[in-house]
Amino acid sequence: MSETTLTRKREHHFFRSGYLILVLLFIYLPIAYVMLFSFNDSKSMIKFSGFSLRWYEEMINNPDMLESLKYTVIIAVIATVCSTVIGTIAAIGISKARKLIRTIILEVNNLPVLNPDIVTAIGLMLLFLSMKVRRSIVTLTLAHITFCIPYVILSVLPKLRQLDDNVAEAAMDLGATPWKALIKVILPQIYPAILSGALIAFSMSFDDFVISYFTAGMDVQNISMYVYSMKRFNPAVNALSAVIVIVVTVILVLANLIPYLRNKKMNKEEQ
Amino acid sequence: MKSFFRMSYPYILWIAVFIVAPMVMILLYALTRGGNNTLTFHFTLENFGRFFSDPDFMRVLWTSLRIAFITTVCCILIGYPAALFIANLSERKQTLMILLMTLPMWINMLLKTYAWRGILMNFDDMGSEIKVFIGMVYDFLPYMIIQIHTAIAKLDPNLLVAASDLGANRWKAFAKVTLPLSVPGIISGVTLVFLPAVSSFVIPKLLGGGNYVLIGTLIENYFLVAGDWNFGSAISLIMALIIIAAMYITRKIDRGAEE
Repeated sequence: MSETTLTRKREHHFFRSGYLILVLLFIYLPIAYVMLFSFNDSKSMIKFSGFSLRWYEEMINNPDMLESLKYTVIIAVIATVCSTVIGTIAAIGISKARKLIRTIILEVNNLPVLNPDIVTAIGLMLLFLSMKVRRSIVTLTLAHITFCIPYVILSVLPKLRQLDDNVAEAAMDLGATPWKALIKVILPQIYPAILSGALIAFSMSFDDFVISYFTAGMDVQNISMYVYSMKRFNPAVNALSAVIVIVVTVILVLANLIPYLRNKKMNKEEQ
Repeated sequence: MKSFFRMSYPYILWIAVFIVAPMVMILLYALTRGGNNTLTFHFTLENFGRFFSDPDFMRVLWTSLRIAFITTVCCILIGYPAALFIANLSERKQTLMILLMTLPMWINMLLKTYAWRGILMNFDDMGSEIKVFIGMVYDFLPYMIIQIHTAIAKLDPNLLVAASDLGANRWKAFAKVTLPLSVPGIISGVTLVFLPAVSSFVIPKLLGGGNYVLIGTLIENYFLVAGDWNFGSAISLIMALIIIAAMYITRKIDRGAEE
């Protein structure tokens, strides 16, 4: 390779890394800002006047804030599990449907994705109110499952359609029951898609404001609703954000590190 | 294999109750006058007439569409190069970068928007519209990057080798191979950005001050403040129809690009 192409390659590489670093800085700026100001000893969001832990203390002593955090996590976990199971089963079914039926189901499935959140939200609110179902944590969770399933299906279905049908057919020809073919042949192949669907579902549920706001009623509040209903800005929210950032980071790092370490260990044992 | 189709039955029931029925409810409310009870409906189109004959409502609709459109374009312009550069990294670095890009998506949108409000307090003379765009692009950018990256990462690297063997330089190979094949990624990115952006009302409310009445704010007010579910439903229906039409056109363009 000539020297000029090498230099050009290096320049190109430099530009690429620089751009990605800029994007990352943009993405992490508010997070860093909030973490910094969670240690501020005054109420200001502009001037950092000194280090203190008073907002963390305030957070721990604020039952409403902690309860909204608890509800957010509980609902996100239930919604993720339910929507991943229902969505994966549905996706396998849909992938084997006739074209017309598949198209119809997918069009309806796409409605909560295509529809603005607020339309989904008021639709569900009108449904619950006209069925005389009191809005509560149950209606809230049902709503979350409903808007999470389509994302699971949209994540799993393309993967299913890439699969070679012959492999599952072969398994069944060799005596596997359809159930066994499903568990041993289909699921392992679509596993990464299921996982990414579940991740999307969790973050959708965890992040949701609009649908929760319309379907929760008066007795439950998630974090978003709590923040939205706050009359004045409370810097204890900075402390809450900082805690969420740390917890999310640890969970995501572990989720990515464990399979990696396991692979490494297995490779070593093989040697 | 056909028997696997039965696995979709529970979900068909689910969507009938939780997706189709609510849409029917909105339609019913939008097409009727207040004071319905379970047996009698007063069908009318006056809710729609009221919306389209009022220039204030039309202005709100236009602002919402404009803000969503500019947000989407910014996300594509900033996100595409990022997704492309990530896809060119080694596999391990790609995983790391995607993890870094997705991590903030797990942090509550309202919390992040409040953080931006704090940051933007330092720039008092900045226009409120710019502030709204920063908040919106910030919120939606990771979705766009991930969708485009997924599409690009799926591409067979041999295609690029073939293009260069056939004499294409890097730019030409990009324009003729990578870009067209990543259109589905852009389309799904647009789905995840434009649609929620049109109806977004929290970010404009928190960052734009009181200047921004968007269509989402309007719907919220008619449902939770004014209690006029019929007119609120009509506005939601109009917004949903516009968005579905926009998506239909986008998908048509996508199919056209594939052919």
